[in-house]
Amino acid sequence: MAYDKFNIIKSKAVPLNIDNVDTDQIIPARYLKATERKGFGDNLFRDWRYDSNNEKIQDFPLNKKDYSGKILIAGKNFGCGSSREHAVWAIYDYGFRAVVSSFFADIFKNNCLNIGVLPVQISEGYLNELFNEIERDNDSLFEINLNNQSINIMSNGRSEKFNISKYKKENMMNGFDDIDYLIDRKEDIITFANKTS
Amino acid sequence: MGKTLFDKVWDAHVINKIENGPDVLFIDRHFIHEVTSPVAFVGLKNRNLKVLFPDKTFATADHNTPTINQHLPIKDALSAQQVKTLEKNCNEHGIDFWGLGHKMNGIVHVIGPENGITQPGLTIVCGDSHTSTHGAFGAIAFGIGTSEVEMVLSCQSIMQQKPKKMRITIDGKLNNCVTPKDVAIYIISQLSSSGATGYFVEYAGDVFKSMSMEGRMTVCNLSIEMGARGGMIAPDEKTFEYLKGKEFSPKDQEWDSAIKSWSILKSDPDSIFDKEISFIASDIEPMITYGTNPGMAVPISKKIPHFNDSGSKSSFSKSLEYMNFKEGEVMLGKKIDYVFLGSCTNGRIEDFRSFAGLIKGKRKAENIDAWLVPGSHKVLKSIKDEGILEILESSGFKLREPGCSACLAMNDDKIPVGKYAVSTTNRNFEGRQGPGARTLLASPLVAAASAITGKITDPREII
Repeated sequence: MAYDKFNIIKSKAVPLNIDNVDTDQIIPARYLKATERKGFGDNLFRDWRYDSNNEKIQDFPLNKKDYSGKILIAGKNFGCGSSREHAVWAIYDYGFRAVVSSFFADIFKNNCLNIGVLPVQISEGYLNELFNEIERDNDSLFEINLNNQSINIMSNGRSEKFNISKYKKENMMNGFDDIDYLIDRKEDIITFANKTS
Repeated sequence: MGKTLFDKVWDAHVINKIENGPDVLFIDRHFIHEVTSPVAFVGLKNRNLKVLFPDKTFATADHNTPTINQHLPIKDALSAQQVKTLEKNCNEHGIDFWGLGHKMNGIVHVIGPENGITQPGLTIVCGDSHTSTHGAFGAIAFGIGTSEVEMVLSCQSIMQQKPKKMRITIDGKLNNCVTPKDVAIYIISQLSSSGATGYFVEYAGDVFKSMSMEGRMTVCNLSIEMGARGGMIAPDEKTFEYLKGKEFSPKDQEWDSAIKSWSILKSDPDSIFDKEISFIASDIEPMITYGTNPGMAVPISKKIPHFNDSGSKSSFSKSLEYMNFKEGEVMLGKKIDYVFLGSCTNGRIEDFRSFAGLIKGKRKAENIDAWLVPGSHKVLKSIKDEGILEILESSGFKLREPGCSACLAMNDDKIPVGKYAVSTTNRNFEGRQGPGARTLLASPLVAAASAITGKITDPREII
């Protein structure tokens, strides 16, 4: 097993209502110098969380006491740009288990699924409902149910379904990863390699 | 029904298909560098795994390395540690490592093609989103995360959902001073920075046919900036000519049979794309970005647009605020502080030729700090051999040593806070070139013209 199993989370959420958040914002390149996967959460959104004197920027959502939870809700085209998996490590290490947006960049989405962060892609209309709900009550709870492929606003019962491939869903629910699958099939891979080269 | 170029290469690499899931895809070539590989090697160790085919992986140090005094030990302790770790991992697993000072060293997406490692019809991956560069040769090439790097090291394959297919066709002839970089930025500005997400792009039409291999690499490199997983161009005589005699290219009889199999790598006339887009070459002008993603770009003679309801108003305003620009402002004539020539987008010999051609006999403006960083040692050598270095130096420019440098500012090459840089790189994200740095993406020609005048300048006014 490679990471925590994912089934249902019920949590408050942190809103980040900005479009096109790229992975350089999620974690700037100068924080990618580690040789082990440790401590990346400290530098999540580093240049939006801290000013040049390392003081917290008070009105950035992650610094506001009002907001907390295991769910990050973000504007469309989240995670574009660099392929750095460090971006997802930082999100996971900070304590998020799901990222919700109306649109994700491809590599970022794969990276999420590979380490056990659930990318929840929903309609723009529903995304706005989520942002409005947090604005109405920042203690509002949301439920993400992977088995049912649904996200629910607990206060009003408004919910929406999301897509995930059957294979990836089973992986997430059991904490399996692709490497486990590939290692089991190494003989097939070697046969294929010998045939083609 | 016929197959697209993408289908032909993809289907030939599928080991098996998972129902309602991804394909298991065999990988022919794997590039690794110091930043996105160490955790993958830790993973191998934890699972007690070996590298399955060490001769299919190639390693270089490029992302965090210094671009001056490369003969000395790397000063930054963490960078030094990362490069040392890569060297150790390569030695342990029998992978060729081209570290600092090695004649093959350079930016990963420059050294692959220039040594003939990149070839038509291959699947190529690297823990770097600009792996799309290699698609210029008719390969399927794309960036992957570190978990996937671990998969390729241990199993020479990854699991991927087959993307949708898009073809972008541009017919006609490009205007004077319009370079491959302008073509790519124009496309991204039309489609937006997420317009090709979920797709793999094939570029077709007169413009790409007549483009040099280096120009094709620039275009494919930037495919990721509109969200595409990658871009590719059907191989032709130019591709074969470029690869002939390269260190890792097939030789003798193998070369003849390679040409045969490469020649059929093109989309069949009756193949179907999920999306077809076309543009007209003569509509494209030299381009420049004004915002904080590569889709926020305008023809250099035009004004910064007003918000037009695509995306959120607050994100647009945030972007302009970061750049300290206003809607409706003219781009031409804005004072700049830095010029950066280099990166996997525009750090090849042709880019240096183009830059040098424009500045020859002119002087660098006093207010400009110019960083000229070749993409590899081979590019550096050509710059010297072709007499380009003399042209640069007599105009007041200095040349640095190869690496990714200020493209992502992992090393000491950082644009200072608030300063403007006309940069031939690929991303104008906030802080990309250093905390608070303001990046204006453009071609080597725009960079050269702006370096001479000290402000944003249309190269057509200088030539």
